[in-house]
Amino acid sequence: MDLHLEAISHDYGDLSVLKNISLDIHHKEIVCIVGPSGCGKSTLLRIIGGLELPTAGNVLQLGNVPADTLNPLTYIFQDFALLPWRTVKGNIALALEEHGLSAAEMDATISDVLARTKLSEFADALPRQLSGGMKQRVAIARALSVKPAIMLMDEPLSALDSQTRELLMDDLVDLWVREGFTAFYVTHNLAEAVRLGHKIVVLSRRPGEIRDIVSIDIPLNERSAFAHDLETKQKQLWDMMREEALAADQELIDG
Amino acid sequence: MDKAATTQTTKSIQNNAPDNFSARPVPFRGGGFQPKPIRGVAPFVFIGLIAFWEFGSQTGFISSLVLPAPSEAFQAFRELIESGMLLIHLSASMQRLLIGWICGTTLGIIVGLMIGLSSIARAGLSPLVSAIFPIPKIALLPLFIIWFGIGEGSKVATILFGTFFPTVITTYGGVDNVDRNLIRMGQSFGLSWSSIVKKIIFPGALPAILSGCRISGSIAIILLVAAEMIGAEFGIGAYILLAGSLFATDQLIAGVAILSTMGLCFAWLIGRAEKYFLNWRT
Repeated sequence: MDLHLEAISHDYGDLSVLKNISLDIHHKEIVCIVGPSGCGKSTLLRIIGGLELPTAGNVLQLGNVPADTLNPLTYIFQDFALLPWRTVKGNIALALEEHGLSAAEMDATISDVLARTKLSEFADALPRQLSGGMKQRVAIARALSVKPAIMLMDEPLSALDSQTRELLMDDLVDLWVREGFTAFYVTHNLAEAVRLGHKIVVLSRRPGEIRDIVSIDIPLNERSAFAHDLETKQKQLWDMMREEALAADQELIDG
Repeated sequence: MDKAATTQTTKSIQNNAPDNFSARPVPFRGGGFQPKPIRGVAPFVFIGLIAFWEFGSQTGFISSLVLPAPSEAFQAFRELIESGMLLIHLSASMQRLLIGWICGTTLGIIVGLMIGLSSIARAGLSPLVSAIFPIPKIALLPLFIIWFGIGEGSKVATILFGTFFPTVITTYGGVDNVDRNLIRMGQSFGLSWSSIVKKIIFPGALPAILSGCRISGSIAIILLVAAEMIGAEFGIGAYILLAGSLFATDQLIAGVAILSTMGLCFAWLIGRAEKYFLNWRT
């Protein structure tokens, strides 16, 4: 299943947040969306997943949803969004309960995704007992459990410290190499974008417009060997964003 | 190498120190503002106070006209047990309390959820609740008697009304405080409206609902005495009122002590419920 964004614009009252965004995502591709703060990255992601209606434009699903997919467009949130009163297992079950699976199927799915995210021994822990990195792994496991066609990741690593972020980034690369998922990945961290993105969409400051789309052709699992090239890309992106970021920083919020 | 470096630093400190400054430890300024539970203090205060009271009464320092001795109140309590009246009073009161409180909080939770979940219910009911909540329900007693009769109905209704409004307010406050991101998460996984309410909003509001129960439980006990002013033959409140009008202060104190014990038991039960249902909190 591919996704096509058709001339999406969005305003909050008089404030225009997104302007004329057209974009495609293809199967097994990670599209990173970067831009200065307040440029509407997260709003765009909410629009893509149907949590918010754009003022103009459409999000179109191209092709059929795979048969075993329970929830085609699945989010991973910055703040993990785990229910604190449910265990790790219970949090994953929450996403499955709605789909009328048998208890055995549900158990099988849960232990499968826990194993894939290396969480098997924490099945009965409560979120408060887990570190930030572990919580995000639970959220990733929950997302995987519904076999999404496209994952919508809203700054998934931004709430984590830099060491945990490195580890989790490696996990995501591993996961992509093994299973190849499709994802929109919103971030403000350019290093994440060049490590994980096949396509990097650079948005301008508010109202967010596409400034450029940068493609990186190096396969994800070989990127560590091309550190220099990535650094050049990252610098190129930063040069593009620098002034926008500076201007965005000096804007008054209520403007 | 390391050792040498360390000695050198120490030396340089020692060398430098006497010149201009004297070395002294940085004064500690942190700590405090962290209440810790201390066992045994509460019973000590409690027993100490009663012992002082008894001592005062025995020596005549506290006149028995002003305040009966604890031993006299205890004697009145024993008489209450021996005559078998305690059970009758207690069961009459407990019945009113339980029916009134259970109906009041259940209805309160339902209406609170409605206000929390629906904009129309909020617009229509929340000003009404705010308007009726501060009215002392005791003032409405005559109306309750006309509406629900002089029997059990008006007594239960007093407690029901008294517990209903605070429960409504704490419940919708709790619903308002549920993390909106969790609700968005539920929607993003395609959960139905009823699942979101059942699995995300209700458990999220439960801490507020339970602390509302604590408040409504105390209100119920306060209103019990008021409710039993309406021609009740039996009940702890009726017993206290009768003792009061006869100036049998020993019985009055015994009755008040029973009410206070009921309140403590209720608070303990709510505490257990919180431990059980909210073990996910830190």
